[in-house]
Amino acid sequence: MRIALIATCLGDALFPEVAKATTVLLERLGHQVVFPADQVCCGQMHVNTGYLTEAVPVVRQHVEVFEAADFDVAVAPSGSCVGSVRHQQAMVARRVGDTALADRATALAGRTYELSELLVDVLKVTDVGAYYPHRVTYHPTCHSLRMLRVGDKPLQLLRAVQGIDLVELPGADQCCGFGGTFSIKNADTSSAMLADKVGNIVGTGADRCTAGDASCLMNIGGGLSRQDTGIRTIHLAQILASTREQVAA
Amino acid sequence: MSTFLGIPRKHAAQEESPLRGALPFPKAARRELANDQLRRNLAHATSVIRSKRALVVDEMPDWEALRDAGAATKTQVMSNLPALLEQFEANVTAHGGVVHWATDAQEANRIVTELVRAQGVDEVIKVKSMATQEIGLNEYLEDNGIAAVETDLAELIVQLGHDTPSHILVPAIHRNRTEVRDIFLAEMEDAPADLTDEPRRLAMAAREHLRRKFLASKVAISGTNFGIAETGTIGVVESEGNGRMCVTLPETLITVMGIEKILPTFTDLEVFLQLLPRSSTGERMNPYTSLWTGVTPGDGPQNFHLILLDNGRTNALADQVGRAALHCIRCSACLNVCPVYERTGGHAYGSVYPGPIGAVLTPQLTGMHGHHDVNSTLPYASSLCGACYDVCPVKIPIPDLLVELRGRAVDADRGRTIPGGWDAAMKAAAWIMSDPTRFAAAEKGLAAGRLVAGRDKKIKHLPFPGSAWTHTKDMPAPPKQTFRQWWKETHHE
Repeated sequence: MRIALIATCLGDALFPEVAKATTVLLERLGHQVVFPADQVCCGQMHVNTGYLTEAVPVVRQHVEVFEAADFDVAVAPSGSCVGSVRHQQAMVARRVGDTALADRATALAGRTYELSELLVDVLKVTDVGAYYPHRVTYHPTCHSLRMLRVGDKPLQLLRAVQGIDLVELPGADQCCGFGGTFSIKNADTSSAMLADKVGNIVGTGADRCTAGDASCLMNIGGGLSRQDTGIRTIHLAQILASTREQVAA
Repeated sequence: MSTFLGIPRKHAAQEESPLRGALPFPKAARRELANDQLRRNLAHATSVIRSKRALVVDEMPDWEALRDAGAATKTQVMSNLPALLEQFEANVTAHGGVVHWATDAQEANRIVTELVRAQGVDEVIKVKSMATQEIGLNEYLEDNGIAAVETDLAELIVQLGHDTPSHILVPAIHRNRTEVRDIFLAEMEDAPADLTDEPRRLAMAAREHLRRKFLASKVAISGTNFGIAETGTIGVVESEGNGRMCVTLPETLITVMGIEKILPTFTDLEVFLQLLPRSSTGERMNPYTSLWTGVTPGDGPQNFHLILLDNGRTNALADQVGRAALHCIRCSACLNVCPVYERTGGHAYGSVYPGPIGAVLTPQLTGMHGHHDVNSTLPYASSLCGACYDVCPVKIPIPDLLVELRGRAVDADRGRTIPGGWDAAMKAAAWIMSDPTRFAAAEKGLAAGRLVAGRDKKIKHLPFPGSAWTHTKDMPAPPKQTFRQWWKETHHE
C-alpha cells in the first residue's frame, strides 16, 4: 500500500524518532511510505487556543499538500493530530464559510488514520514482529480514546511485542494535563493533573511509559524527568519499530 | 438560527452576580489548588460518584438510545420553546396556578419577595434549586428581612457555613464530616452539644432541626427539574425527601423555573427519569420524585406561583452554542469526570454553574465582554479531554462548544490597539505553519534550543511564557536533525 506519512509539526521538529520509527515500521511491513514534503501542521494548536481564523491557512496548507500527493491512505503517529484532521479541520473551514475547503478536508479525513487504526483496521496486523525488552505501561491519550475511539488497538499491538512486560496503568483514562496551550494558560491546574499521572506511572514499577501521541509524552516525560524517576517515555511507534537487531532506546 | 420569545433579550447581570466571580479562572484555580484538604475530598468524592455512575450506566442495554432520545427531545423543545411555554402557562393557570414571567434576576427576586410579603411571613423554607442560586434569591430575601432556610442537607451545611456551593448536585462536596460537625455546633442553634462526626448523628441533628422548620413554615420556594407543557405539571427530583416536605406542607408554594426546563409531554419523563438519576447520583432511580399540577383543593399548598425565568436564556437560545448548552438537565455528570474540576473545585469557576457545562453555560448567560471579563477565561478551563461529552446524558458536545467559545473570546479582542502576547504568537505561528519554507527556517532557529539545554539534553528554564511549562517539568532539547532532513538523506525520490 502507498501510505502518506503525516510527520506532525511536533514530530518533525522535536521528536523525529517518532516519524522515523513510523516510516521504518511501515516499510518493514512491506509498504511504500511517501512523505509529502510541503506538509507543516494540522492546525490543532490554533483551533484549541481559539485562533480559529488563523487556523484556516494552516488547514488549507494541509489539505492542499495531501490532496496533491499520490497515496492510498495517510497516517499520523498522533491521536490528537488525526482527531484534528477528522474532527476540527472541516469545522474551521465551515466557520469562515468555506464549504468547498470543508468538503475537501472531510474527504481527506476519510482516508487518514492514526497509527494503531491503520495497522489493526486497515492493514489487518497486530503482530508487527517487534521486540522490546522493557517493563512498559501504556497511557491511552484523550483524543485517541475519545475522539477516535481507538479502543484497545494499541494494546493489541503491544501485547504482541516480544520481550515486553506490559503493566496496567491505574487511572489510565485520566488526562495527563497537557491539552496543548492549556498547559501554559492553566499551568497550575495542568501541573496538578500531571503530578497524579506521574504518581500513577511510578506506582506501576514500569521503566517505560508509552502512548500514541508525542505531545502527551512530552508532557508526561517532562514530569517524569523533573522528578528524576528514571522512567523514560517512548512512543508506541518506536516500540513497534524496535527489533532484536535494533532495540529502541 | 434565531428565536425571539417576545420578552426583551438581554444578558444576565454583568456586575457582581452569582454567575461571575472576582478572579479569572487561572488565578482562582491557583487559590483552590493550594488547598490540599479540598483536593483530597474532591478526588475521593468524584471518584466514588464516577464509579457508581459507570456501574449503573453499564447495566443499561439501551443507554445510547436513551441518550439519543434525550438529545432529540431537547432539540425539539428548543425549536418550539415559545409555543411550549404558552401551552405550559395555559395548563398551569387552568389548574389554579399563577404564572409570572421574569426577564432577569432582579425581576424574579422582586416577584418572589412580594409574594412572600403578601403571606405576612419573614421566614421561608427552600428546596435545593440552581435557579434560585443563579439569581441570588437567598441574599436578596435576606436584604429584605426574609430568612430563607435551605432544607437540602448539603445546602444547609453550605448555608450554615456562610459558604457557597461548589457542585451542582453535591454542594458541600468540598467539606468533610469533621468540618460539617464543627459548622453544626457553631451555627445550628438546636444542635446537640455531644454531636460527633458520625454521618448518622449528623443527619439526625439536621433532621430534628429541619422538622421544626417544615412544620412551622407557611411558604416554601422550589426550583424545577421538569415542567410538562402538555399537563402543566412540575417535577422535582431529590434524594432526601426534604423537597417533598416543602412542596406538600406549606400553604404557599413559589417555584422558580428556568424557561428551558420544559418537556413537551408527560411520557417524556420516561426517558429523563432514567437519564437523570443514573447520570447524577449513580442511582437506578432517585428516591423521591414529586410531581404537582397547579392546586388541588384540600391537598398540598393552596397557593401556587410559578415564576418563569429568562435571565439570559432567550439570548442563549438565539445562538448555536447557547442553544446546545440549554439542553443541560443539571445532572452534573460532567463535573464528576472532569480532571480540571477534580483538582480545582467549583469555587474556581466563580459561577453557581461550575465544571465543564458551567464553562459553557455561564459565558452564554452573562455574555463575554472582552479579555477583562473573568468569564472569558472559563472556556479555557479545560484540557479538552472529552470525558464530559462521553457522560453527558443529552449528548451536549461540550468540548466543541468550548472551542467555539474560545474562538469568540479571541474574536471579541480583535482590533485591540495593543494586541496581547497570545495574538502575536498565534499570528506568527499561523504565518509559519501555513508555509513549509518558513517552517523549515523556524526549525533551524529552534535548533538554537540545544544551546540552553544542559549536558543531559534537558531544558529546565524557559523564558516567559515557556516558564509556565518549565516551572514543573523539563523540556527535551531539540534534536540535531529534523525528520524532514532525515527523510531527505534516506529517501531519494
